[in-house]
Amino acid sequence: MMALYLRDLKLATRAGGGALTGILFFLAVVAVVPFGLGPDLKLLARVGPAMLWIGALLASLLGLDRLFQAEREDGALDVMLMQETPLVLVVFVKCLAHWTASGLPLVLISPLLGLFLNMEPAAILATMLTLLAGTPAITLIGAMGAAVAVALPRGGLLVSILVLPLVVPVLIFGVSAAYAAVEDPAPFLPPFLILIAISLFFAVIGPAAAAVALRASSE
Amino acid sequence: MPFRLRVDGLGASRGEDPIFRAVCLVLDAGDALLVTGRNGTGKSTFLRTLAGLHPADSGTILLEGAADPTAPVRESLHYLGHRNAMKRDLTVAENLVFWSRFSSRSGDTDPTVPPEAALETVGLGGLGHLPFGYLSAGQQRRAALARLLVAHRPVWLLDEPTAALDTASERMVEALIAGHRAAGGIVIAATHQALDVPGAQTLTMSGFAVPA
Amino acid sequence: MRERSLAIRSFTDLANPTRFVALAGRLLPWLASLTVLLFAIGLTLCFTTAADYQQGETVRIMYIHVPAAWLAMMGYTVMAASALGTLVWRHPLADVAAKCAAPIGAGFTALALVTGSLWGKPMWGTWWVWDARLTSFFILFLMYLGLIALNRAMDDAGRAAKVAAVLILVGFVNIPIIKFSVDWWNTLHQPASVLRLGGSAIDPEFRRPLLVMALAFTCLFFTLHLAAMRTEIWRRRIAAMRRQAARGAASA
Repeated sequence: MMALYLRDLKLATRAGGGALTGILFFLAVVAVVPFGLGPDLKLLARVGPAMLWIGALLASLLGLDRLFQAEREDGALDVMLMQETPLVLVVFVKCLAHWTASGLPLVLISPLLGLFLNMEPAAILATMLTLLAGTPAITLIGAMGAAVAVALPRGGLLVSILVLPLVVPVLIFGVSAAYAAVEDPAPFLPPFLILIAISLFFAVIGPAAAAVALRASSE
Repeated sequence: MPFRLRVDGLGASRGEDPIFRAVCLVLDAGDALLVTGRNGTGKSTFLRTLAGLHPADSGTILLEGAADPTAPVRESLHYLGHRNAMKRDLTVAENLVFWSRFSSRSGDTDPTVPPEAALETVGLGGLGHLPFGYLSAGQQRRAALARLLVAHRPVWLLDEPTAALDTASERMVEALIAGHRAAGGIVIAATHQALDVPGAQTLTMSGFAVPA
Repeated sequence: MRERSLAIRSFTDLANPTRFVALAGRLLPWLASLTVLLFAIGLTLCFTTAADYQQGETVRIMYIHVPAAWLAMMGYTVMAASALGTLVWRHPLADVAAKCAAPIGAGFTALALVTGSLWGKPMWGTWWVWDARLTSFFILFLMYLGLIALNRAMDDAGRAAKVAAVLILVGFVNIPIIKFSVDWWNTLHQPASVLRLGGSAIDPEFRRPLLVMALAFTCLFFTLHLAAMRTEIWRRRIAAMRRQAARGAASA
């Protein structure tokens, strides 16, 4: 399994890999926001956590459709389906590698973008923490969408359409935890813990559903 | 341990159209089977059904004398499809090392060949450091054949193994098949090219719409 | 229902598409007439009952809005049950049922959203509020649309059904989470109490037309669903025949 993880990381970082594109997309989305809202620093600071979350959400959906499609196109998926290793585990490891290559960099670069949006240090830290807890859930839910659309030649947009309604809870709890850290009366911990719970929940459901979908579409 | 691949009454369809029905086979260790037939008669579907990648409508596939009788048969198979299952952005050696690690099991005692030696065997010695995408179509096919050597599986399912290969490489494929059979393996190959496999059984797919 | 042969002897009888088509053909006229009758009674009741002293004439929108919302949720439940049938029992009719329920469910969801909006304009003074209930319904609508898009994008019906079934079930598991999160989000951003629709007990005066309309909508749902399933089975048969014809021509 380590071999699969390392291979996917290598593929993501080599030429043609999606890791860098995701970060650049994140940068571009967040950079466009001030042009839409105006350069009012107070307003930007207020919408900052939400913008970072929406940017990260869209950026993590970006490369997801290729997660299994690339494997299917070159026939590797067939070989993986035949192995002794449970497919659920293969899917989980692939998700983990995908998140390491494209989710984690988003988390790491978010403080820098937070500075652009004039966010307070506490808000930046909280947003970073919530992104760290929430982006795995996006990848895991997205893996399911990617598995469902694996046989479609133009699955990319469809994956986003299928996945977006399902990630609404992640977005809600991520953003409310980030805001709770700054705004006084709201407690930070409950939404943050729920966010972690959602991530763990989909760590179970996502790979299982994706494995069923992959088997169904190999037929 | 001697083993035997037994296929009884196997049938499969694509959508609602039946592709083949009631195929019965017995292959002992060292046997080979050539699956022939025109385009669209279901050679690939037959191999995919054996590999467990396509659902069978009826029938059973059994590997008698397998190390673990409860394990699905597909785990004892190597399947080489039309596509090579290699990443263009990784080097040939990286691809093979990955498949060798991914496919080998703990406690495996069966003979496997290290990736460099496998490349030597298929005539790609010294090309391991090149990205797979740089190779020609024939070289890519040969690299894909090397995958069969880096992890041991008793039964090989080869779908058009000689696609894109020149005559010399076809002889190499024949030698690979002979070597695997000599070591007690079973080879099932679908092909429409003349492949010299001594003593092989043949299965001619006729398709359902065409009365044989 | 006069004929004894109509009786379903076992579950497996229903699984046979041919038998199902025959059964649907016999049931459909009756079900359709019942739907029309119920709508006639229901709509008459809707317009003859007194107007609400607070909501005025707009209360009549509720007679359409509430059943549509119920049916929208039932549609997804029917889909989830069919999805389970596809994945667990590999029931040949289950994938047809799931595929056909999606557009109907989406239609009822859209109807609920539109009527809710029409009601909201005079009552709340705005076409749309991000109320918890409205928002969850909007997400449900998006999920329906995604499933329809998925079904349209796949050409192989059997494979599409299995893959869609996975998505339907994951969506079904996710619905409580979405509902919970939207409630959370809503209480965080605005007080929800003002906009609550239910809560107060419904006067029997309003309950009667509501129930008749709910029954009428349920009948409508099953009429449409049955007809859609029959059409889908026929469509698949035609597709199979065409493929056969193509192969016959190729081999000749």
